Amino acid sequence: MQRIFKILFFLLILNTNFANSISAENTSKLLTTDWSFKGPFGKFDRASLQRGYQVYNEVCASCHSLKYVSYRNLSEKGGPEFSVKEAKAIAASFEITDGPNQDGEMFTRPAKLSDKFVMPYSNEEEAKSANGGAYPPDMSVLVKARAGGADYIYSVLLGYVDPPENIKLDDGVYYNKYMYGNKIKMPKQLSDGLVEYSDGTNATEEQMAKDVTSFLMWTAEPHLEQRHKTGFRAIVYLIILTVLVYFSMKKIWSRVETNV
Amino acid sequence: MSDHNYTPSSKFGKWFNDRLPLLTLANHLTDYPTPKNLNYWWTFGGILTFCLITQIITGLVLAMHYIAHADLAFSSVEHIMRDVNYGWLIRYIHANGASMFFLAVYIHIFRSLFYGSYKAPREIIWILGIMIYLLMMAAAFMGYVLPWGQMSFWGATVITNLFSAIPLVGESITTWLWGGYSVDNPTLTRFFTLHYLIPFLILGLVVLHIWALHVPGNNNPVGIDIQKPSKDTVPFHPYIVIKDLFALLLFMIVFAFFVFYSPNILGHADNYIEANPLVTPAHIVPEWYLLPFYAILRSIPDKLLGVVAMLSAIFILAALPWLDTSKVRSAVFRPLYKQFYWILVIDVLILGYVGAMPAEGLYLLIARVATAYYFLHFLLILPILGKIEKTTPLPLSITSPVLGGSADLAMAKNIDVRKEKL
Repeated sequence: MQRIFKILFFLLILNTNFANSISAENTSKLLTTDWSFKGPFGKFDRASLQRGYQVYNEVCASCHSLKYVSYRNLSEKGGPEFSVKEAKAIAASFEITDGPNQDGEMFTRPAKLSDKFVMPYSNEEEAKSANGGAYPPDMSVLVKARAGGADYIYSVLLGYVDPPENIKLDDGVYYNKYMYGNKIKMPKQLSDGLVEYSDGTNATEEQMAKDVTSFLMWTAEPHLEQRHKTGFRAIVYLIILTVLVYFSMKKIWSRVETNV
Repeated sequence: MSDHNYTPSSKFGKWFNDRLPLLTLANHLTDYPTPKNLNYWWTFGGILTFCLITQIITGLVLAMHYIAHADLAFSSVEHIMRDVNYGWLIRYIHANGASMFFLAVYIHIFRSLFYGSYKAPREIIWILGIMIYLLMMAAAFMGYVLPWGQMSFWGATVITNLFSAIPLVGESITTWLWGGYSVDNPTLTRFFTLHYLIPFLILGLVVLHIWALHVPGNNNPVGIDIQKPSKDTVPFHPYIVIKDLFALLLFMIVFAFFVFYSPNILGHADNYIEANPLVTPAHIVPEWYLLPFYAILRSIPDKLLGVVAMLSAIFILAALPWLDTSKVRSAVFRPLYKQFYWILVIDVLILGYVGAMPAEGLYLLIARVATAYYFLHFLLILPILGKIEKTTPLPLSITSPVLGGSADLAMAKNIDVRKEKL
């Protein structure tokens, strides 16, 4: 019995490739937008990240955690760069459970900068039962965890359309043009004017999708700007060194009757 | 070689060297006579040494922050990426370094295949090289498991399950490897231990590899032996050192481009999802450098035979010095072999491509043809080719092709012309 199971398992693994190639055919070409963080000199747009945090906080955070991100990150360089005061205020607006105290009791207190983002559910089971059996994935590295990256997240957020006639959807399942397999358990979240941006930006669906995706790109790659900057310096340094070494090599090899 | 009669100039140096001949070794390494006609394909040995050292150093730092536990591994990697100073840099160098290491080793191996560097008297160097390559694959596979993402977990499951194909004891061996009844925490901790150990084994083999190389000396693009060391060779330092350094810097630019501008392009997105034994990813693929062997594995319908074929594809390389019957080393003088060499290169690239594709329909057919050809190349074409091929005339010494194949008198003239230009 176990052997049969193993063989089936092996075949399953081989065949999932097949399933994947089919679902890939059903998925449309991803939407994209003018991401400021793309390219070797790409940087985050601070205002967009701050708006993105607002969208995350008001729309996504009720189901999706950001368990690897701390409140202090919000004020760090290369991110949304809220002031320390603002970040402290954001942290303090959440209650976290701490303890045990001297009496052995757990207690709640306002979150501090050093705390990780408060999770919407206390465990995976609670998250599932609240969401019709689907687990809203943690979004800390979500952009890196999906082929297509930021474009994919952006597309899924904007990809809710009426299903084709030949597709039947169960209750609590929605059709999405860009989702793998086109079926998603998250209902459409964004609609024009859903949040009110404090900086007066018009909160269109596209704007919110762009802002929150930028924000998630930052949570996934908090050191992206530093990486781009260090990379540029490292490569310029290497190129200069290479040129110097090239001429040294030419000089040294000129002593022998051969070319390098 | 010339270093036999080396004596250090200082009194202390002589005293020390009589007891531990490190200075003789250093002298040998600097003076080591190297064919002067080596081309840039010969710089990959040095590049590979750099790769190994880079992996060991970055790995050492990662190990200080990584936690080998099924519940903590994934978050400890995120801790490295976010909170450890330059942790992102160290990790991206280590992760992309593995790919760069394999890129370099494949160039190194195919260089050897083209110029016949595996032939007598260099068989032991070659076999040590194959052993290094095998250990590299083991280290890379286990290293990929450590972040404990979905691809880590399921890759480990698929590969360790291969051992269950062994008749009679397969199941027990798999359980023994796992340390349980599935890939789990005991598997992770032992993979971590082995992943830490293997690079040092590789380092030991690299020392032997270089030692064995220094007995006959380097092969070279024309593949003939050194006739006159004074004329055909240059001392390793500074000539080869500076050339290797130049090539290494070019390589580092490519390396840096991956690390800084597309650090995740060679990985799989699913590995940023924490391992979940209950959810199988849609598409389990190994890292790109293992794809040709994965294609061979899947092209055989029977699991056991598939594993045998995959392992044979690697071990057959160890027999290469005896399968290739041609006395001529370099493909430059082997018009037929040269063509078959390029067909083999294309064949391996095709295997790599179909290894990344689903094993069905046309892809499966292509994989089977390519697998059959791979073995045909080594088992049939090479032995026969050595017997029937009419090779082109070899030069008398490596100096003549270096100088454009001219006779000695004209050669002297060329040098004069060159000096005038300077």
